[in-house]
Amino acid sequence: MILTKILLGLLQIVFLMALAPLVQGIIKKIKALFQSRRGPSIFQSYFDLIKFLKKDQVVSEQASWIFHITPYICMISVLTVGALVPVIGVSVPLGFAGDALVVVYLFAVMRFFMALAGLDTGSAFGGMASSREMMVASLAEPALLLSLFTLALTAGSLNLSGMVQKLADLKIAVISPSYLLVFVAFVMVVLAETGRIPVDNPTTHLELTMIHEGMILEYSGRYLALMEWSAWIKQLILFTLLANLFAPWEIHLLWYPPKILVLAILVACIESSVAKLRLFRIPDLLAVSTALSILALITLVLKGL
Amino acid sequence: MQSFLLILPLFLYLAGAISSLWFSARPSKSVRWAFGCALGASFLSFLTSLSLLISGTSLRVSFPGFLPYTRFEILADGLSNYFIGIISLLACATTLFSFAYVREYFGRKSVGFLGFSYNIFLLSMILVTLANNALMFIIFWELMTVISYFLVIFEDTQEEARRAGFIYLVMTHVGSALILVTFFIFFQFTNSFDFDDFRQTGPTLSVILRSLLFLLTFIGFGTKAGIIPLHVWLPHAHPSAPSNISALMSGVMIKTAIYAFIRVVYSFLGADQLWWGLVVLMIGALSALLGVMYALMEHDLKRLLAYHSIENIGIISMGIGMALIFLSLKHYPLAALATIAGLYHVMNHAMFKGLLFLCSGSILQATHTRNIEDLGGLIKKMPWTAFYFLIGSVSISALPPFNGFVSEWLTYQSLLSGGMLSSVPIKVIAPLVGAILALTGALAATCFVKAFGITFLALPRSEHARKAQEAPPAMKMGMGLLALMCGVSGVLPTFFISLLDHVTVSLLNTSVSEKMIYPAGLALIPVESRFSSLSTTTLALLLLAFLPVPWILIRLFRPFRQRIHETWNCGIKLNPRMEYTATAFSNPIQMVFKKLYQPREEVRISYLKKPYFLKSLVYQSHITSIFEERLYRPIQQAILRLSHRVRTMQTGSIHTYLAYIFMTLILLLIFAR
Repeated sequence: MILTKILLGLLQIVFLMALAPLVQGIIKKIKALFQSRRGPSIFQSYFDLIKFLKKDQVVSEQASWIFHITPYICMISVLTVGALVPVIGVSVPLGFAGDALVVVYLFAVMRFFMALAGLDTGSAFGGMASSREMMVASLAEPALLLSLFTLALTAGSLNLSGMVQKLADLKIAVISPSYLLVFVAFVMVVLAETGRIPVDNPTTHLELTMIHEGMILEYSGRYLALMEWSAWIKQLILFTLLANLFAPWEIHLLWYPPKILVLAILVACIESSVAKLRLFRIPDLLAVSTALSILALITLVLKGL
Repeated sequence: MQSFLLILPLFLYLAGAISSLWFSARPSKSVRWAFGCALGASFLSFLTSLSLLISGTSLRVSFPGFLPYTRFEILADGLSNYFIGIISLLACATTLFSFAYVREYFGRKSVGFLGFSYNIFLLSMILVTLANNALMFIIFWELMTVISYFLVIFEDTQEEARRAGFIYLVMTHVGSALILVTFFIFFQFTNSFDFDDFRQTGPTLSVILRSLLFLLTFIGFGTKAGIIPLHVWLPHAHPSAPSNISALMSGVMIKTAIYAFIRVVYSFLGADQLWWGLVVLMIGALSALLGVMYALMEHDLKRLLAYHSIENIGIISMGIGMALIFLSLKHYPLAALATIAGLYHVMNHAMFKGLLFLCSGSILQATHTRNIEDLGGLIKKMPWTAFYFLIGSVSISALPPFNGFVSEWLTYQSLLSGGMLSSVPIKVIAPLVGAILALTGALAATCFVKAFGITFLALPRSEHARKAQEAPPAMKMGMGLLALMCGVSGVLPTFFISLLDHVTVSLLNTSVSEKMIYPAGLALIPVESRFSSLSTTTLALLLLAFLPVPWILIRLFRPFRQRIHETWNCGIKLNPRMEYTATAFSNPIQMVFKKLYQPREEVRISYLKKPYFLKSLVYQSHITSIFEERLYRPIQQAILRLSHRVRTMQTGSIHTYLAYIFMTLILLLIFAR
């Protein structure tokens, strides 16, 4: 009994790991189509990973052990999150170990060490990116948690599987003004957290606009594979949360791919139609997101469901 | 037997203090005696308080009084034992650290006096938590303040330290005055200074009087705790003291104010007013947010840590504030949950802040600078200090599975439980305070990426940092003990929660451990229903269990090979001046919150040949400290003006003074019959 549960949990993690590069590939492909290019195959991310994993790596002479442990920490934190989030079934075997807060804070662990690794090699690019990443993340955090709180108060549970279950039980009644406001706020935060336009540009490498890419600039070879892969898994987990919290019906293997596909298309559309914001306009975007979630909370309290 | 074990450490501290002074001519011997006694005393009192806490007994020892109204009685109940446990545990670590650390002062300062003050300081803190009589409490409270003043100005050759000491003395005495007034008002109604009488009579007083007493207590103890806007002394005083003392001041001394506040408001005033809780909650949120905001702009390592103490006192106040709200609404289990959240954070903050201050002491000893802009690359010279500082940083940034996360999680749960109440204002306010806590946590993480990254990583920025050496073993042991505690209280919270349950039983008569600890003692759940759950034990195991995945992935295709090469820097050789600085790192935050910081920037450029060849460029940036400029400066000026007026009375002639005395005497004879 317990063994099958653990096996199911493991299966879920393997599933997330396997699917994450594909989602990245799909987004890239759709963006290419928007730009009238043929674009790389949707499986390109897998080929990249394999190539990175085969290569030797170059490590900076300034790097300390922080640089070496960061890829490991990123991977294990994101995999742990994978064990806590309902993906293709409402119940999660290890769900008792942590609620939505733990998910948010485990992502914070990842970010904390990535930012340190960015500073570790002594190059100004890394430092700049770390500083910006921490700024963006600090401002995204209240919006993210406040929208999760509003959902938790709607559902009466902060445990992700409980939350999804309760939201699904509400059927059509769940679509209330506060729910929609939270959805918009959540999408904005997800864009910031996954490093997408308008917050960060995932395709540039050597521009002064880069955030996520700047922190991992010194990584190469196998460490880079781990860093990229964990970032993709994080992205998939955030999409999964978005899908399961805002379309909490029919949570099983059959409906999961279409939901994620819709989100991938949505993100690709946003990325293709919006320009990247100047760095000091990003706080405005996140302030809007926070304001929306505050409104959502007040609507929820005053009007109920 | 137990009461003997409770008293014995007190005498050991005294013995340590006296012997330290006695041998002060021979520093090494003085250090051995002072810190030997302190170590023994702390360890003993830790064991005693732990055993008392586990058995859930409270202990009462009376001594004959030597002054009127001072029947000296000590009462070690759940709350006192909990605080004594924290004080002694932190004291064990700082004492170990001190053995080696105070060597820095040999030949420069009187180490005998340092050992004396250190012991008396610890003694006074423990007696404050034990005193069961208002007058005795005030005496020990003052002893604690005065002795810590001497420790703040220990480096009295520095102008900065003397000024810090003065601000500290003034601020804490304003607080003490209010506490004294509180106790005298109680005395008016009970005709006794015994806390037992306060307990009986206090809750029967009228609401207006109790509210007045609440405000006096909150401001009085709030000054010592360092809540905003009464915090001004803290960022001056804590960095000036020797680092082992800073650890104690930040870790436990300001917590004695939390202890006293809980004692007075819960037990003497019978917390039943909703707005009390709201005031504590709001001020807590303000302190947490502004504390971390100012910490971010600080580049003096110890001042940065001092500002984080303000932040953490704010987080503790959030828990206590929610507890007061629940108490006023008669939700006792939830009140117990929120109290536990606050008190657990008291302990966790003592552990990680103590650790961080000890690490900063180790850095200070190795490099002789507190300015992180002059540091860098220390991780290679001081690997152990770096590792411990990292543990402290991760804990204070509330990252799982370390201890800061657990208590902040409990605080979030109490706030969200507030969101499920029926009262509409609280339903909105509590989750919003939760969002403030989220912002605080994220900014704290940013601040510690800065503090750790700039201090320990990349290239050394000065000669001092290049020549740094690792701390001696005694210091490493002190830091290691606290780092271990940060891990243990993070990964095994259920043990500490069951200890805290005895505290809530003695405070609120409510036991929640059965409702909070999931079967098998693995996970925590916030009291009511299955709202959510947390098992840091499982999280830690999961994190470890996944470790093979990246390990295998790296070695999947070919043996792991790497080349060491220089950092890519656009083809130029990397030097320390190219690194990102702390100022640059926190600049985006400063830009975003310009309204709060009101930065004043000044750039002076002199050219060799305009416009391309610079001779020099000076960049200066200051932030305005709103509270000092807008709140305290006017008060200070008003006091100075008033004193100017009063000075006309002082003629300097002895005849006038005699006339004053005569007049006073006559007035007294008329009115004070």
